[in-house]
Amino acid sequence: MAYALATERLHDGTERSAGRSSWKSLRRAAGRNLRAHAFLFGALVCFALFTWYPMIREIIMSFQRVHRGQTTWVGLGNYRQITADPEFWQAWRNTLEFTALALVFGFAAPFAVAIVVNEFRHARGYLRILVYLPVMLPPVAGILLFKYFMDPGFGLFNQALHFLHLPRSQWLASKSSSMPSLVVVSTWSNMGTATLVYLAALQGIPGDLYEAAELDGCSVLQRIRHVTVPQTRLILSLMAMLQIVATMQMFTEAFVLTGGGPEGSTTTVVYLLYNYAFSYNKFNTAAALGVIMLLVLAIFSAIYVVLERRGSED
Amino acid sequence: MAQQSFTRALDARNRFHAQRIKPADTYQRTLISRTQLNTPRGKRLYWTALTIALVLATLVFIGPLFWMATGGFKTSQELVRNPPVVLPSHPSTHAFSLAWNRLGMAQLLWNTVVYAGGALAFQLIFCVAAAYSLSKLRPIFGNWILGLMLASMMIPAAALVIPQYLTVLDLPLVHWNLQNTPWVIWLPTVANAFNVFLLKRFFDSIPNDLLDAAAVDGAGPLRTLWRIVLPMSRPILGVISIFAIVAVWKDFLWPLITVPAHETLNVGVNTAATSMPDNALIGGLFLASVPTIVLFLIFQRNIMSGLTAGAVKG
Repeated sequence: MAYALATERLHDGTERSAGRSSWKSLRRAAGRNLRAHAFLFGALVCFALFTWYPMIREIIMSFQRVHRGQTTWVGLGNYRQITADPEFWQAWRNTLEFTALALVFGFAAPFAVAIVVNEFRHARGYLRILVYLPVMLPPVAGILLFKYFMDPGFGLFNQALHFLHLPRSQWLASKSSSMPSLVVVSTWSNMGTATLVYLAALQGIPGDLYEAAELDGCSVLQRIRHVTVPQTRLILSLMAMLQIVATMQMFTEAFVLTGGGPEGSTTTVVYLLYNYAFSYNKFNTAAALGVIMLLVLAIFSAIYVVLERRGSED
Repeated sequence: MAQQSFTRALDARNRFHAQRIKPADTYQRTLISRTQLNTPRGKRLYWTALTIALVLATLVFIGPLFWMATGGFKTSQELVRNPPVVLPSHPSTHAFSLAWNRLGMAQLLWNTVVYAGGALAFQLIFCVAAAYSLSKLRPIFGNWILGLMLASMMIPAAALVIPQYLTVLDLPLVHWNLQNTPWVIWLPTVANAFNVFLLKRFFDSIPNDLLDAAAVDGAGPLRTLWRIVLPMSRPILGVISIFAIVAVWKDFLWPLITVPAHETLNVGVNTAATSMPDNALIGGLFLASVPTIVLFLIFQRNIMSGLTAGAVKG
């Protein structure tokens, strides 16, 4: 950061001394700026069209309603409509359930796997490839596969449970187990990325820290607690934030496997937004829901950005 | 004189590269020390743990893929039999050809390749140009623009889907409808703040005297970018390319609503899923997964190091 500032000052200095006459330097600066903006142009247009404009439009839309081609302002009407819908609260409950469960499994599992794999002196490459393989599948292929494994009748999971003399589960077919089942699917297909990130982070921990901890009489678990975790704290919290933001936007798994059911138990917020727009044709109400989502998720995203900043300054 | 400064530039470039090459990896101590592992008890524990890990990981991550690969050769009755059939008694490729034709797999694959390839090209051109401009050409308002771009990282993609969809149906000012054209996939991918951020940070690390030397030679910004900056940026360009392709390959909601007439592989498989016999569907899932599995196994080193480099160091 300091380096960037210093070079910037240096650059300005040469610029000023080079331009003897002020008119000439003004023209040169204008030409330089024009060229620089020409380089920016493509990206700028795309950002304007597909991020900045939609952002403003969503907020405006959420206060309007369209009736027979006529746009009218309705104030908070759309927000009142969406919050009066019992599905709205259920969708938030479902989404939070998914996010919380995914945080417990999808967050702890890759870290544990990474710690174990990092200890091995053999077959590390093989294990890394294995964990990452599902990430490369087209998501729908991985997801649909689990429809067969989780079938309450002939599914492999229930056959395995039966073989182990454990009680069978209804998996996706029952209201209580549908969301945890989706967490299993999502964790299986996504944990590879986090595992690789943690593995890279673990390799950055200086060995003498473990050495010192061992000399102080720390057991393996204590070493994880007092060396591994603090040394990877930043990357852990970054990944947690990223994961929260990603899982709160869960849509594909529910859309492909359960269609939001049974009894709306897997209708997530994004699914509800999709339904409002493309099933009920109420784009403005969907926009209001989008704004609410934006506000809730912005909190987590903001934490992520702050952490990322702090990380890049070190 | 000109020749001299150019060799100086090349020299500096080489020195820059030399700095980034790390010494070969030597033994690094991890959680458990080597001496502890080399005791007879440690060795026994190590090999037991390794065997368990290998068996478990193979079962969990290869198992489903094996089931998918063999499933297409089974009859639909064999698929749902209890206890499960490991290998089909009369393997038949009928299900695969049925899946290939019913899904229109060739068309779906081609569509996806076109979408991913175009998205990659547009991102490389526009994001590199923008990052180069923001990092080295430094136009007025450059920092404002960068700030606005980075702010968009806080916006969860799914929350903006509604206004984005309405925008591509009727582009502002020009009133083009992009639905069902590849542009609707290509252009929004350019508005990727993370790409611009990664690239700018990399370009910032390239010393300015290198570019000044090129300027003394009379090279314009485009030539400098092409001849000096881009050859040095291969690693980061690799990271961006992988992100770009994987993002299009895995996206579901956006192609679902914007290109229903020319579906991606992901969406197409889901659309056809309900209307196919079980063994054909599983064969189809396998066919859909083969291209990326093969690509991944070929490029696994680059893909895995690229993804973690992007996530950890930025």
